[in-house]
Amino acid sequence: MAEAIKVPTMAEYMAEGKKPEVLFWVGCMGSFDDRAKKVTKAFVRILSKAKIDFAVLGTEESCTGDPAKRAGNEFLFQMQAVTNIEVLNGYEVKKIVTACPHCFNTIKNEYPELGGNYEVVHHTTFLKSLLDEGRLTVEGGKFKGKRITFHDPCYLGRANGVYEAPRDLLRKLEVELVEMKRCKKNGMCCGAGGAQMFKEPEPGSKDVNIERTEQAIEVQPEIIAAGCPFCNTMMTDGVKGKNQEENIAVMDVAEMIANAQDL
Amino acid sequence: MQIFAQIIFVIALVAAIGLFFRNIRRIIRNIKLGKKIDRNDNPNERLAIMARIAFGQSKMVKRPFSGLLHIIVYIGFIIINIEVLEILIDGIFGTHRVLSFIGRPYDYLIGIFEILALLVLIGVILFWTRRNISNIYRFLGRELKGWPKNDANYILYFEMVIMILFLVMNAADYQLQLNGTINYAQAEGGIAGAFPVSQFLLPLFEVMNDSTLIIIERVAWWLHILGILIFLNYLYYSKHLHILLAFPNVYFSKLAPMGEFDNLESVTNEVKLMMDPAADPYAAPPEGEVPEKFGASDVMDLNQVQLLNAYTCTECGRCTAQCPANNTGKKLSPRKIMMDTRDRLEEVGEIINKKGKFEDDGKQLLDDYILREELWACTTCNACVEACPVGIDPLSIIMDMRRYLVMEQSAAPNELSISMTNIENNGAPWPYNQMDRLNWAEEK
Repeated sequence: MAEAIKVPTMAEYMAEGKKPEVLFWVGCMGSFDDRAKKVTKAFVRILSKAKIDFAVLGTEESCTGDPAKRAGNEFLFQMQAVTNIEVLNGYEVKKIVTACPHCFNTIKNEYPELGGNYEVVHHTTFLKSLLDEGRLTVEGGKFKGKRITFHDPCYLGRANGVYEAPRDLLRKLEVELVEMKRCKKNGMCCGAGGAQMFKEPEPGSKDVNIERTEQAIEVQPEIIAAGCPFCNTMMTDGVKGKNQEENIAVMDVAEMIANAQDL
Repeated sequence: MQIFAQIIFVIALVAAIGLFFRNIRRIIRNIKLGKKIDRNDNPNERLAIMARIAFGQSKMVKRPFSGLLHIIVYIGFIIINIEVLEILIDGIFGTHRVLSFIGRPYDYLIGIFEILALLVLIGVILFWTRRNISNIYRFLGRELKGWPKNDANYILYFEMVIMILFLVMNAADYQLQLNGTINYAQAEGGIAGAFPVSQFLLPLFEVMNDSTLIIIERVAWWLHILGILIFLNYLYYSKHLHILLAFPNVYFSKLAPMGEFDNLESVTNEVKLMMDPAADPYAAPPEGEVPEKFGASDVMDLNQVQLLNAYTCTECGRCTAQCPANNTGKKLSPRKIMMDTRDRLEEVGEIINKKGKFEDDGKQLLDDYILREELWACTTCNACVEACPVGIDPLSIIMDMRRYLVMEQSAAPNELSISMTNIENNGAPWPYNQMDRLNWAEEK
């Protein structure tokens, strides 16, 4: 990947009198966090490769309000929500894809009551549907046969029942998929949810991400696959904390698909 | 003499049922201290979930061993209670094994009751060893120290004793029938009932004379039914109300995706007002209107389903065993959230019992029961909600209390306050400029 990819904005589409097939909601992590930005770019490269007509809000995007809501600041959450809904409705957005389960959950479940009704999908579900429709082909490539475990993000899995889309994608990559003892419905949080990402943990015997990383290490994966920028950060820190960064990589499913195709 | 026994029986029965209904009325009154919440939508879906999760125990078997034991005790409890029907009729009318006239089916029933009684007894003994001898994480929590642990054991002892009394009663009865004792013997030397389990107790009874046997049979019969009536009234004071409340609790549980938290309507109204360009920002609030409190600091601020949750919790600790915060040594335990809520609700109820209405006692759920440190340790991951076999939602209580802390007291941890200020000013939890949001597209 040498050249920067073209990322159209909703404003540009509007100026041309067009509407994209889908809005890519990048999220705060995807926009600002160095690690998550790589996932954002990988996802955009896949979208370009598959010739998906998409756009982003760019500077018109703002935090969904998820961390504020889970921290108890319902007021700030609703202010954010109402502002975002005004922008989204202004562009008559119908379908939204996002690589962040927190944004996904909030827009999908908590915006409708406040006037924001959209079809919202997580990027793994979106990629899975592209595969099913034949608009995207995925081959094993460099991941073929690698031992990989998928860490379920709480707000994708338990909160919204999406367990299989990311796993189906990994299977397409012909990896050796191994499950942790706590997976799917019983998956364990990485420790970032509920606005924990933005504060120090309470006193305890261990950090949650270390506990979860130890559970992952038990199944001896070469890669811990993630589907959430927060999980990605927490698990990456956990792997470093256990001095395993030489042996175990933490990668978003979208990154793996992009890498497999040398995108 | 017989009529005397019947009178005593009826008095005991009426007193027990009367007390039971007084307790139920108290529970309903206390639950109604909470805010109304509409959970009457989708009755068919709710009934289906209740059938599957409460009647069908589908979530219990996620832990196969304790789940299986629980199903045995549950089925035993329901089916053996058919026998109680006969005991009630016999007690009131002074009859003996009044239903035995149905013949063969009666023998089968008694036989099944006996086998179930034995299984229940084994199950309860295994439960006791799990609680008291095996080092099982969820039975070691600090919130179980003292009364909750004793309470759990009393319930198990109750069940053990009731099952043993049932089998002793049957064995003595069987021996009396074999002896041809009057009032016990059947016509033509037949035997009423089948005794696949209690027959093994016969060697103890064969050597006794009839009057001793009659005393044993009568004492066991009386203690058995009195034990059941006492247990019925112990429920309210114990953690064991789930045998009744699990059903409505599952029925009224949340149907929306677990990740969907409610949007506070009182906040929506405020936000709409703020966004409305025609609204007068200096308008005085309507006369006499007290602004609604945001979030919860005491049980009256919670909703009725949350309070029903608290009464339903049987302190099994499956929630706590799955809680990432608890697993890593933090003080938070979702089970304790439910126990604290119930304890405080009971305390409030006691004040109402004594004074006729609630008077401020200088205490509340927050700080006096649930610590801020517990509330802030939650990752809102919903593992506790998923783990609960009877649809309890400890997370919703944690969230309502966080809302109180943040919106009424501005008492969020400092780092969180900073993040929220950032969201407010920059549209992201960090101090990055919103105008830089698309910079990633230019970076290589």
